[in-house]
Formats: sequence, C-alpha cells, structure tokens
Amino acid sequence: MPDAADHTTQAARADLPPYAQYRVGEPIADTKAPSGPVQEQWDTRRFEAKLVNPANRRKYKVLVVGTGLAGGAAGATLAEQGYHVVQFCYQDSPRRAHSIAAQGGINAAKNYRNDGDSVHRLFYDTVKGGDFRARESNVRRLAQISVEIIDQCVAQGVPFAREYGGLLDTRSFGGVQVSRTFYARGQTGQQLLLGAYQALSRQIAAGAVEMHPRTEMLDLIVVDGRARGIVARDLVTGRIETHLADAVVLATGGYGNVFYLSTNAKNSNATAIWRAHRRGAHFANPCFTQIHPTCIPRSGDHQSKLTLMSESLRNDGRIWVPKQAGDTRPPAEIPEDERDYYLERRYPAFGNLVPRDIASRAAKSVCDEGRGVGPGGQGVYLDFADALARLGRPAVEEKYGNLFEMYQRITAEDPYEVPMRIYPAIHYTMGGLWVDYDLQTTIPGLFAIGEANFSDHGANRLGASALMQGLADGYFVVPATLGDYLARHPHDDVDPDHPAVHEAVGEVTDRLYHLLSNNGDRSPDSFHRELGELLWEDCGMARSEESLRKALERIPELRREFWERIRVPGSGTELNQSLEKANRVSDHLELAELMCLDALHRTESCGGHFRVESQSEGGEAERDDDAFSYAAAWEFTGSGAPPVLHREHLAFEHVHPTQRSYK
Amino acid sequence: MRLTLRIWRQRGPEDRGAMATYELDGIAPEMSFLEMLDTLNEELADRGEEPVAFDHDCREGICGACGVVIDGQAHGPEPTTTCQLHMRHFSDGDTIDVEPWRAAAFPVVKDLVVDRSAFDRIIGAGGYVTAPTGSAPEAHSTPVPKDAADTAFEHAECIGCGACVAACPNGSAMLFTSAKVNHLNSLPQGAPERETRVLDMVDQMDTEGFGGCTLAGECATACPKDIPLPSIAAMNREYLRAVRKG
Repeated sequence: MPDAADHTTQAARADLPPYAQYRVGEPIADTKAPSGPVQEQWDTRRFEAKLVNPANRRKYKVLVVGTGLAGGAAGATLAEQGYHVVQFCYQDSPRRAHSIAAQGGINAAKNYRNDGDSVHRLFYDTVKGGDFRARESNVRRLAQISVEIIDQCVAQGVPFAREYGGLLDTRSFGGVQVSRTFYARGQTGQQLLLGAYQALSRQIAAGAVEMHPRTEMLDLIVVDGRARGIVARDLVTGRIETHLADAVVLATGGYGNVFYLSTNAKNSNATAIWRAHRRGAHFANPCFTQIHPTCIPRSGDHQSKLTLMSESLRNDGRIWVPKQAGDTRPPAEIPEDERDYYLERRYPAFGNLVPRDIASRAAKSVCDEGRGVGPGGQGVYLDFADALARLGRPAVEEKYGNLFEMYQRITAEDPYEVPMRIYPAIHYTMGGLWVDYDLQTTIPGLFAIGEANFSDHGANRLGASALMQGLADGYFVVPATLGDYLARHPHDDVDPDHPAVHEAVGEVTDRLYHLLSNNGDRSPDSFHRELGELLWEDCGMARSEESLRKALERIPELRREFWERIRVPGSGTELNQSLEKANRVSDHLELAELMCLDALHRTESCGGHFRVESQSEGGEAERDDDAFSYAAAWEFTGSGAPPVLHREHLAFEHVHPTQRSYK
Repeated sequence: MRLTLRIWRQRGPEDRGAMATYELDGIAPEMSFLEMLDTLNEELADRGEEPVAFDHDCREGICGACGVVIDGQAHGPEPTTTCQLHMRHFSDGDTIDVEPWRAAAFPVVKDLVVDRSAFDRIIGAGGYVTAPTGSAPEAHSTPVPKDAADTAFEHAECIGCGACVAACPNGSAMLFTSAKVNHLNSLPQGAPERETRVLDMVDQMDTEGFGGCTLAGECATACPKDIPLPSIAAMNREYLRAVRKG
C-alpha cells in the first residue's frame, strides 16, 4: 500500500510543533483471527482456543476495571466460569456506570420483522456505517453474537418492549433500512446494565467477585512485558493500593470527556486507558470521535454537561430550520413553505435517519448559514407535529414519553406544543486502545473491551451499536479469549516487592503529591473547560490543518500552565473530589494532544472525522482509501514527546468500500 | 439570583458535622441544582476553602448517584432527581437547606455523600435471575404478555438513588426492595426463583438496619421514577405467598 507518510512528509512536518514530528514505525497486524471464511472465523477461533480446566480456573485472578455493560458482563461471566475476579469502579455502586444512560436500543440481527435482515446485513451496515475504517473480522463476529445477546438479556429478565402477542418489539435507527433495534422504552441502557449488574451482584454475593466500588485505577503494573496488576486509589480513604493478578481487563469507557462538555457522565474519564497507553498499549484512531445530532442545546456558560436525547426520536420527528437566515419568528408562525426540512431535502432515501455524523454536520452547516434557532442560533428544530397528528398523542407518549418529559424538565418547554430544539454534542469515541481479534492490547495480558477499545465501529458508530458491542465483548468475546491467554501463559505470582510494582506506585504517589502541594491559583475545572473549548473549536465537528496546528501549539502550553498553576484543596487521605478531577484532567491534557495529531495526520475525511480540506463540492466527506485504509495505532514515547505511528492495513474482502451515500 | 445556602459539612464518618452558611450570587434560573453547587465549589476553592463533597455522575437523572435533602425534601421540591432540578424552581433571596440522606442504613461518608452499599447487598441477596451467560434459550421461546412486560418495566425503572429511604420517617427500604421483587416476579423468567427471591431480599433488607414500613407513603412521593406505593403491597403479597408455600 502507498505510504501515507507521503501526505505529511518529513519536510512538511519540520515546521510542526515538536510533538507532531512523529515517526512511522513497523506496521501492526492482527494475528489472532483465524484464516478461512469470515463467517466461520469466530467458531474456529473458539475451537482453537486453549481451555483452562474448570477446576483450575479459581487459581487464576483476573482484574476487571469498570462495571458498565462490557465490564459488568465480563466480570459476571468470568466469575460464572470459575475465575477469581477482582473488580473496580469509581462510582459508589457498579449499577451506576454510564452505560446506564444509553436510551435508544440495541441492535441484533434477529430478523424477527422479516424485513430482509441477516447477520451479513448487520455486518455490512456496520462496516459501511463505520466508513470502512473497521476490521472486517471483528465486525462480522459482532453481528453474529448480536443474536445471542438478546437471548441472554431476555433470560435475565430485561423488560424489553413487547407487542400484544408477547413477542419482542423493534424499531429502526439511523443509517439502516431494517427494523432491528430492540428497546426498553427510552431506557434500554439502564435495563441492560441492570441485567449485567444483577448477574454481577449474584457473583459478588457468592464470593466469586471481589468488588471494590469507589476505587479508581491510576496505573497499570507491567512485569516482564505482561500486564500483571494495577495501582488504584481508594477514593474514600485515599489509600493507594496495588492489586496483582494474571490478567487485566479494561472496561473503562471512552474519552469523550476530554471535550469537557459531552454527553458522558461527569466523572467518566480516560485515566485507565491513558495510563495503560503510557505503559505500552498502543492507542488507535484517537481522532475518531462521534458527535451526536440530538442533544439539548447549551443554555449558558455554567453548563456542566450536555444531555442527549435518543436518536430514535428521528424516527418520528422531522428536523427543520427556517429557509431565511435570521428568521426569529416562533416556530408556529413560520409557514410550511418557509421551512427547510434539510435532511429530507438532501437525503431523500434516508431523510431524518441519516447516520449521526451526517446529521450533525448538516445541523452545523445550517447554523453556520445563520439559520439556527434558539439562543445564539445554535440549534435546529425537531418537530413532532406531524407524528402527533398521524399517530395521536397516546402513541407518541408510549414511544417517547420519558424523553419528552426530560426535555421539558431541562428547557421548561413542552415538546408536545413547541418543536424541540436540538444541537450536536460529543457523545462517543470510536478510537481507543488498539486490540487484536482477541481484544488483547499490545501489552500481553491486558485486554480492552467496550468503548475503551477501538475495534468495531471504524470512523463512525451506528446508533444502538454501542450496547451491542459492550455486551458482545463482555458476555461472549473476552470470556472466550482470556481463557486462551491464561492457558497459554501460566505464570508464577508476582512478588509484591517487584521493582515494577514500586515504580508504578511511586509514579502515582508523586503525581498526586505534586497536584496537592502545588498550591497554584487555578481549579481543575477551569483547565478542563479551557481544554474542552479549544478542542470543540479546533478538533470538533470540522477540522482543518490550520485549526489542528493551532491546537497542537496551544495544548503543550496549557499543560505546562496546568502543572504550574493547578490548585487542589484538601488532602490525599480522604474523599477529595478536586484531586480526582485534577488527576483526570492531567491525562486529558496528554490525550488531547494525541487526538489532534491523529486528526492532523489523517488528511482525509471519514465518518466522525471531517477534514474541511477533504470534501466534495456538495460538502460531503471524502475518504482517501489509497492513503488511509488503515487504523492508526500510536505508540507512546514520553509525555509531550512525538509518538510512533504503527499502521494496521485494513482489507475489505466482503464489504466493498464505496463513498457512503444516503441519498 | 442571590441565595443563602445552609449546607451540612461533615469531614468523615466519625465527625459530628454541622450546618455551614454560604452566600452565593449570580445563579441563573437555567442552572441545575448541581451546577449551582459547582458554582459554590469553584468559589470556595478560590477562597482556599474545601469544596462541598456530593455524589453525582450522569446528570441526566438515570444513574442514581446524586441525591440530597433540599429544604427537608429528598431531591427537593420537584418530582425528579437533584441533577434534574433546575434553579428556576427557586427565587431570588431564598435560603436553601442542603443535607445528606439521613438513614441509619446510609452512614455519611463526607458532607453530602452517604454509603448506600446496603442496596447492592439487597440485590445480591436475590435481585437477579440465575441465567449464566450462554445458557439462554431463544428469546421468542417464551412470549411475555405485554401487561406483564409493562409492569416489570415500571418497577425496573428504579435508579437506586435512595430517596425513598431518605423520605421515609422509618428509614425503610421497602419501596426499593419491592421494585426489584416486582420487576422480576412479574416475568416468566423470574418465576423459578419467585419465592426465594422475596424471602432473601426482605431478610437482607432487615439485616442492613432499614426500618419497618408503616405505609406513610413518603417514599413514593419522593421517588423520581414514580415507583408506585402499591408496589409495597404487591411485595407483601409475594412474601406471604412464599412463607405459606414454606
């Protein structure tokens, strides 16, 4: 394949900030997916996997960090299999992980609707929806497992929506033309998470899982090249603990909070994956971030987070803005022929259900034209008038009642009477730790599952696929592949006095000490907000060489300022939420730099990554498959030091790359 | 708007704790209650004082992490979670009292943060269906009547915030426990463990030191997810049925 370094030659890089003068290293490849037809790969892999004798499993200790859909499912399942699981979450209970906030649904290729769905179609839709930047073998497996997930969740008592005949109901979601999304009103994530949490709780009560809530992972312990434990902080007592084990599973979610304002939970953070990256796990495609089109617009500078409303609303809501820029009439006074239903106009085949990246950029472009609505013109209407007239209020209430209530609570406007106002917000990150087919990172013994890894969604995730992937990884994939690793790598216990253990503990302690003793004049939130605004502006919905260079100049300065001026009140030996925040922001300040570099190096547009230099005349994203048909896996070489790029070439044998068209 | 806040400050479980008074200006009606507390905390930090500790996470009303008693009411004056309560429900010049959940089974950790791990242990005692991964039959092999699915869902909406316990004059966890019992016991998938579930969960609830239920109904009024009061009666029926069955 052509060397993408052609696009950013060494000479062109010379005038870049030092960090951006990265080096291209050896290519990287997945070596775990077996050869043979793609539809048989997962079965073959499971058959070829070495097994651990059931009687021996309790001798293996596995650390699982995070208790969302991926972590909760993995912890419960590994414990059911007999492994000794030690699990961690920063929340006060494993039930509160942010998977709980997912609203819309979970995809599965059940074809209960008889509308032409199949495992192959879900595979196809996901590869295409991801704009041809995902690994085919992983996606095919995901589609295959999707079917089992629904069975598993129903057996656990997840109260999915049902038809009057007692069978499961489904709905359709953006980017697809079949109805394959299973849901539990607007709380699908909550119900699936509670299913996993309950299964996990059963194992905790049985003594098979040792649960550490209010405990945050602060470093990874690598001994002789293998992941053998973590350093964690008890958030209540401040005690720094080490936990040693035979393998470590990171299920710590994505890094959307690097933007400060996102739909992530306030405490969601990238510390676990970033510290693992610092210890040698490659970080892939950090610039692939997803912006969700249907969030409630921000109301002022005090805003602490953004609230998403399920994109399932786009099934029945029609998106529009006034045709005239600067039209400030209330929506009801704008006649039908002066409204621009711009998605229906530009994408007649998919209409309001185009994929998220397309819907988001379209909203930005109409707002940039001065046609946005609401305060600051940063919003578009999502109008249910037609649906209410067609279906009647009770039917709309049944489907979306809780979302309408939530909208009204936050905005004090009644969406049954006035169209909702929506605007895009950072929502999900497709990038993450690079993993092979077994979901193992470049550090043997370290696995990354759910949003924490990079694998299945390419450059853009389809709606209702995050829940599917989290549960696939947690219930089915990692329990199969982790056993193979353990069976092939039996090892002795790690000496708690091993130098690697002391080194990791020392680094964690030093950093916390510095944060607490610096006694500067700025709060962690002030830095976080500043970083977030910078990223939203320069590495958000649209990115340019100029904006990214600017960000890459500014981020190291901001990081220096952070370490000079940070102030954390209180002590390290108690519950100290300022210390928690400061520590997380310190990692965001490093990750942000890699994100911008990745965005700068990828001069094509694809999925959620839109480079203004790479678009068609109509303003559609243009991929550059000759140069960029690869996943970019970055190797850490030191804080602020230029990383090394390892490319994983992506081959498409089953889904032929085309420019996505949703017209 | 300008507010006077009287907030419970307590350094740790052993500390006695006391109310502290803070004046706060420049609060916008669009702010959430937690954003108002964020503003206070930034000001406290600027003055070199320790911020007020409070639990919060999703700020969308679904994770159940947040929850404080506002002017004597769990989650404050609106039927929602503290993160979804907006300052437009208060007026310029108001004095607002902010306290942690008060219940014997929820010891204070710090300031407004309490330990609700007793809830996790109640779930661990039986709030699940024993269905190890991989053992599930095809999802459509057991149709579930829509009304049963809807009943299950209404109870499964519980977010485990603990407002019911905080609002109850007896510090009882009956509404929380009954929500999970009724969620699972309404479904065919939950039937095989129907009796052991209710017996073990109620037993665990008592062990944790929650008070008894006198049907005061404060729990259902405070519940941000509208878990209905009859949920408790339904659990009592399940309990009696299980006891009779022996």
